Amino acid sequence: MNDRPTTTELLAAVEHFLEQTAVPALEGPARYHARVAANVVRIVARELATEDQHRAREWQGLAELLGTDPAAPEGGRSAWSDALRARNEALTRRIRAGDADAGPWRTAVLAHLSRVVADKLDVAQPPRPARDERR
Amino acid sequence: MSVTGLRRMAGGASREIWSLDVSLERAPGRRETLPLVLRRDPAGRVGDGGDRGAEFRVLRAAWRGGVRVPRVHWASHDGAGLGAPFFLMDRVAGETLPRRLLREDRYAGTRAGLAAELGAMLARIHALDLTDPDLADLADLAPPPADRSPAQREVERVAQGIRELAVEPHPVLDLAERWLHARTPTPSRIALVHGDYRIGNVLFDETGMRAILDWELMHVGDPIEDLGWLCMRAWRFGASLPVGGVGTREQLVEAYERASGTRVDLEALRFWEAFGSFKLALVFLMQSRVYLDGRVRSVELASLGRRTAETEDELLRFLRDEAEPGGT
Repeated sequence: MNDRPTTTELLAAVEHFLEQTAVPALEGPARYHARVAANVVRIVARELATEDQHRAREWQGLAELLGTDPAAPEGGRSAWSDALRARNEALTRRIRAGDADAGPWRTAVLAHLSRVVADKLDVAQPPRPARDERR
Repeated sequence: MSVTGLRRMAGGASREIWSLDVSLERAPGRRETLPLVLRRDPAGRVGDGGDRGAEFRVLRAAWRGGVRVPRVHWASHDGAGLGAPFFLMDRVAGETLPRRLLREDRYAGTRAGLAAELGAMLARIHALDLTDPDLADLADLAPPPADRSPAQREVERVAQGIRELAVEPHPVLDLAERWLHARTPTPSRIALVHGDYRIGNVLFDETGMRAILDWELMHVGDPIEDLGWLCMRAWRFGASLPVGGVGTREQLVEAYERASGTRVDLEALRFWEAFGSFKLALVFLMQSRVYLDGRVRSVELASLGRRTAETEDELLRFLRDEAEPGGT
């Protein structure tokens, strides 16, 4: 067990430094990149706070759509991402085969993907200090 | 001749933009200062940002065709002296920041007229003569294949790019590809398409639109593509009106139809607006791959990978709106 500060607390310190010290001290492209960096730190912090819930929800939805084992994969972050990737590839194959072109399964696929994308947006949280501040 | 005030301007990730003032002695005792911009291919970068020679020529043709663009002066195709191809053009005074356009009081008049101005200017771009010597042999402007419509070709091109670049499965994009394929419109005509016609690439001041920039994504295709791209949510920057957050589709279409003498098919407009999010997904995947492959270690490029979700969200809106693909 690592000592405090926690990962979240350390990220908050980095974000504070970037926003309060680096951004005001810089100008031009470097200032813009410091702002983007602060935003990236916020994304990571939100992902850490929500990833357990989000990946469980995606796993559950994929199991229902594909009729696969709903038991959660054993292991850490990389086991989860391998397992989710394999099931998303299976979903993609069925979409490409035309299985989601019509009917109730299409409705279910759209509902599942809408939930997954909403979760991704909760983490990424646009609009961000993005392309509109580049020049 | 002397050069002063050289400074790098903040610009896109795929190119370099420098500001400089060139002072010339036109005649003994008659000095003239030209405010210029130098555009250069970044040294050591793979050519995903277009090539400066083609951009120089399309800007020259557009200027002659009455399109508001910076006037170009001189191009070096071999990069003599600067290590990469570059060209010089006028530095047009004005702003490009969407945030300022949307919020500042002094641009209220610009906001009110912009959708109509954008429509009328787009009609001029689409009227450019593809047989013009500056345009006729550009690789970017090769004629579309006869066996496919521009929409079919664009959907295939973007889908192939996504398959090549995506490092993980994207079920939403696969679903969107099938939806788009079932709805590709037949164009009423073929024209030079700007390819990135939107707020952010428009230079403006208190009097309105001054210039349209960033021609790297130009191609020959269905002119409605540019109108659809312009209406995308991604270019509203948090505001609600469909045309760049400042105007309505009706204002845009009305001005375009009047200036071009053609009718805009609203179903085709909707298709191209949805297609825009599909293409933008590819842009984000491409930019994040530049980071993931270790080519450019930019925090901005890295962050853009997470914007793919915005394009998926937008595509899902279109997909949910209609029950079944091919149902039309």
